Amino acid sequence: MSILIDKNTKVLVQGITGKEGKFHTQKMLEYGTKIVGGITPGKGGSKTEDNLPVFNTVNECKNSTGANTSVIFVPPRFAADAILESIVAKIDLVICITEGIPTIDMIKVSTALKNSSTRLIGPNCPGIISPGKCKIGIMPGFIHKQGSIGIISRSGTLTYEAVFQVTNLGLGQSTCVGIGGDPIIGTSFIDLLELFENDPETEAVIMIGEIGGTAEEKAAEFIKANMSKPVVSFIAGATAPKGRRMGHAGAIIAGGKGTASEKKATLKKAGIHISESPAEIGNTLMKALNR
Amino acid sequence: MKIHEYQAKEILKTFSIPTPYGKPAFSNKEACAFTEKIGFPCVIKAQIHAGGRGKGGGVKIADSSLSAYKAIDNILDKKLVTIQTGEDGKIVNRLLIEETIDIKQEFYVGIVIDRETALPVIMVSTEGGVEIEKVAQETPEKIVTEYALPGYGLQEFQLRNLAFSLGLEGNAFKEGKKLFRNLYNGFLETDASLVEINPLVLTGDNKLVALDAKMTFDDNALYRHPELLKLVDNDEMDPAEVTAAQYNLNYIRLDGNVGCMVNGAGLAMATMDIIKLYGGEPANFLDVGGIASPETVANGFKVLLSDKNVKAVLINIFGGIVRCDRVAMGIIKAMETTSIDVPVVIRLEGTNADEAANILKESKLDFLVATSLQSAAEMAVSAVKKTGV
Repeated sequence: MSILIDKNTKVLVQGITGKEGKFHTQKMLEYGTKIVGGITPGKGGSKTEDNLPVFNTVNECKNSTGANTSVIFVPPRFAADAILESIVAKIDLVICITEGIPTIDMIKVSTALKNSSTRLIGPNCPGIISPGKCKIGIMPGFIHKQGSIGIISRSGTLTYEAVFQVTNLGLGQSTCVGIGGDPIIGTSFIDLLELFENDPETEAVIMIGEIGGTAEEKAAEFIKANMSKPVVSFIAGATAPKGRRMGHAGAIIAGGKGTASEKKATLKKAGIHISESPAEIGNTLMKALNR
Repeated sequence: MKIHEYQAKEILKTFSIPTPYGKPAFSNKEACAFTEKIGFPCVIKAQIHAGGRGKGGGVKIADSSLSAYKAIDNILDKKLVTIQTGEDGKIVNRLLIEETIDIKQEFYVGIVIDRETALPVIMVSTEGGVEIEKVAQETPEKIVTEYALPGYGLQEFQLRNLAFSLGLEGNAFKEGKKLFRNLYNGFLETDASLVEINPLVLTGDNKLVALDAKMTFDDNALYRHPELLKLVDNDEMDPAEVTAAQYNLNYIRLDGNVGCMVNGAGLAMATMDIIKLYGGEPANFLDVGGIASPETVANGFKVLLSDKNVKAVLINIFGGIVRCDRVAMGIIKAMETTSIDVPVVIRLEGTNADEAANILKESKLDFLVATSLQSAAEMAVSAVKKTGV
């Protein structure tokens, strides 16, 4: 078992003929992901170098291929529109890799999501991987190993760091999800914590947070009330100054709220194992598992 | 993106929000001329991107040509220290000269996007003219909020609720509703991430005027607002940050002496954190992006080393799609073409990390290679200590 994606997930790629879309489609195919086609408006009817059919619309692609999941690589100014197209086409799972979508565009997307059956991961995220089964996104497949640790993160390369530590300890991952570094995202820590709690293959969860917002605090409440599995957490940005956007649009301490120390204190109170150092995430996990 | 008060007021005016009559000034002469034109008493306000200007001495009322001249001379081109500038303060390069307003009552009004609900939220308070964070902490019941309805926006009944909560009556009630509506429209149309009028003033003759104004815009949406890009004031930015922006690098200067260059924002923050954990102080946040090409690494060095406090550089790259051996060659190329006189610690992990280690070993350049994030931090911190700082 794993969460959200597995060997049977059928993936379409929005923006499949663009530079990023093309490159990562190949990488995903190499990993064994079932990619069934892609969308580039205006290029419908053609084939990609990997012999995948290209469609003008998500609907056409879904009807013709049976795709149930979409991954989005289109540029920021068209990305919200691409997400909306997949929501209306009733795609079950949409993963938006694109970074730099205007927040006001995401308000529209968020409203549309509330009245739909679609789950959105991201935007501004590395994607999802269930090691050995399916990789949807831009993460390097080889650092992962099939196993029992669930990983949720707001960041990209920092997630790889945690994955790598877990793999080197011989544990492996059930599923790793990058939820994205933007202020408005489709899926929160809580949604995924619940899925991991109910996934029999997942033994423990690593939650990688960062400064800004209150997502980690909300997650702490949820964990305290609902999780039986151990949760390990690292919060990036203890040394970040106030009022400055640390790369990610969502990583900003605004009005004195959302500092790393506040978040860590709340998480600790809820019984979560905190790794003070980004280099100790794996070891903190081992301790939490009594190994 | 941040702008000055006078710029925010000019934008608000285009959305029919009343502001005091006033003009910006960039020199003593210009400022003095404006005070004469506006008449006395008038207000002289320092224009910097930081709050707390009044308490810091950056806002003065002048009742004569002489007092205006003195106030202008005391503020313009001088350093202003407020609770938000830090000890170093900021040099004031611009002033706003305005008419005075007959203040009966002061309110707060602001709009932000609430992350949790993903909706714009408008907040008003009868506690105007003070820090809203303080009000939120001490007397949260004095802040009234209305969330825009999903898909429909701010409704008439919500405008009424806001106006009632401020105790507005008669014409001011009508004006208040209109003002909230216009502010909301202005927020959406400019892709703002924050708009704040503090204080919003009720005048002696029952009119509403925006006495101060603050607007911040969503960087991701600036491509559709070329008019806003013209409002950038480079004097407000650290010179290294201006250079970094030209190279499309994400750089923020801090007070420490360990420069760091990292791929990815989360890992960049984590690298700063681990430097601190091992007893050092990070000099900056620098995300060179996922790819970390030779060019971005070379540009990264230029930006990092322009900060003279930097006594050692830590390069931390987690190679995913980008192969570490290519990053290693990029670093070597960059180091050959840039003169670097501080110790450089390199940690490359991920795809082809072993090949990268060999490439670095074989190079004749002088740098330290770390095999883990922890040892990288330790090496960088001890390298700084050896320089005797």
